[in-house]
Amino acid sequence: MAEPLDDYIDAVSKALALPIEEAWRPAVRANLEVSLRLARLVDEFALPDETEPAPIFTA
Amino acid sequence: MTSKPEMTASEIASAVAGRRMSALDATEAALSRIKQHDGILNSFTDVTAERARAKARAIDAEIAAGKEVGPLAGVPFAVKNLFDAAGLSTRAGSKINRDLAPAKRDASLIERMEAAGAVLVGALNMGEYAYDFTGENVHDGPSRNPHDTTRMTGGSSGGSGSAVGGALVPIALGSDTNGSIRVPSSFCGIFGLKPTYGRLSRARSFPFVASLDHLGPFARSAADLALAYDAMQGPDAEDSACTTRGLEPTLPLIANPVSDLRIAIAGGYFQKNVFPEAVEAVSRVAKALGATKVVDVPGAARARAAAYVITTTEGASLHLDRLRKRPNDFDPAVRDRLIAGAMVPAPMVDRAQKFRRWYRAQLAEIFKSVDVLLAPATPCTAPKLGQVNFNLDGVELPVRANIGVHTQPISFIGLPVVAVPVPLEPLPIGVQIIAAPWREDIALRVAHALEKMGVAAAPAPRGI
Repeated sequence: MAEPLDDYIDAVSKALALPIEEAWRPAVRANLEVSLRLARLVDEFALPDETEPAPIFTA
Repeated sequence: MTSKPEMTASEIASAVAGRRMSALDATEAALSRIKQHDGILNSFTDVTAERARAKARAIDAEIAAGKEVGPLAGVPFAVKNLFDAAGLSTRAGSKINRDLAPAKRDASLIERMEAAGAVLVGALNMGEYAYDFTGENVHDGPSRNPHDTTRMTGGSSGGSGSAVGGALVPIALGSDTNGSIRVPSSFCGIFGLKPTYGRLSRARSFPFVASLDHLGPFARSAADLALAYDAMQGPDAEDSACTTRGLEPTLPLIANPVSDLRIAIAGGYFQKNVFPEAVEAVSRVAKALGATKVVDVPGAARARAAAYVITTTEGASLHLDRLRKRPNDFDPAVRDRLIAGAMVPAPMVDRAQKFRRWYRAQLAEIFKSVDVLLAPATPCTAPKLGQVNFNLDGVELPVRANIGVHTQPISFIGLPVVAVPVPLEPLPIGVQIIAAPWREDIALRVAHALEKMGVAAAPAPRGI
């Protein structure tokens, strides 16, 4: 049965020309689930619109 | 006199400068220890014996000619194999990078160490491309813990931890993106300095995460850390993140009293996910320093999450072409994490970088009323090699993902930290001495005080 993230993984794999062998897919999916869970933890924290990212380019 | 494994870098340099021992003798002694013990420890991937002998002879010739020599005269040291060392391919723990042409010039920090008289004796094992907390390497085999060779060194600077913990060399250099100096320091029972982000030049070292990469020294005493760190400071136009601040020597200040410092224990997040040994180590350090105040660090869990997101995405970007062309030459565990990193949506990365600025402001507020924060360096002592899970309060947790939970929220905003070894039985464990940005002097001062009180010490290696 297809996992919910599989379509997304396929689409990004194509967009980035980054091939993924079937044998790796479960580990890639498991890692992506962790990355997205942690990213959501950051995402859900409201920051003011004016917040600058930490690295600021100096010309 | 003969160089002994327990001699500190300061003692070796003093003996060499004072003509009581030659630089060549100190170098030969280190090469002999490597030959004797590294078959077990597996900390070195390259031993640069001829280069080291030539450098040592040159120092001895300078001394014989009555010339002034540097503060590290004749001190053997080694570097994680992501530092360029002229004549070696900078493998960065990988199979793929072995195909690179040999480096033509040393990394800036090697040049600075050697300008101060130190003698490079080799390059050290590490986790592949530094994306690792264990010190295990599928291509070169694991570096082994000098106190129990069935256990991990911690990573990714595993060889650095093993070589200094095993007293093969008094000083090693490593890198720390999320904890890779502090974790091996903790597991191997040695002192490690992760300086402020931007303090030490990264020029001619193989990168991992430009936003978070730091380089720094390991040693068997706080004074040796300061000695090496002072020799490596200074601006470098070849690292765009390197500070333009002038030299701020720490060794002359290291023995100053610590009684005037406001020292607090990091609470909340930093008191969770810890085994009893980590609690005991922080408690011993706090008691010795008279620290009772507990300070909550707001947003620490999110800081760790944001560090994870920035790491996996910048790491993926760095390695994207290699992932396309040579995926089967990676450690599969590293490859699969990096591929997943390439798939994290861009707004989440931007938000992680914005959160970093917010979190930096929270810590700046804390450092208005506190000079030092104490926190565990690792949740536990060194796990067994290959160990996948550990059981904490009845809950099975993955080892790899949890080793760095206490280091990541600190390096995320580049705070300077000395990891001090607390020599518990049967294995040592580290405590982070965390200071405000650019105050490495304070962290080193506290580490030195703990050493003088007998609370922090690098135990003699028992596994070899």
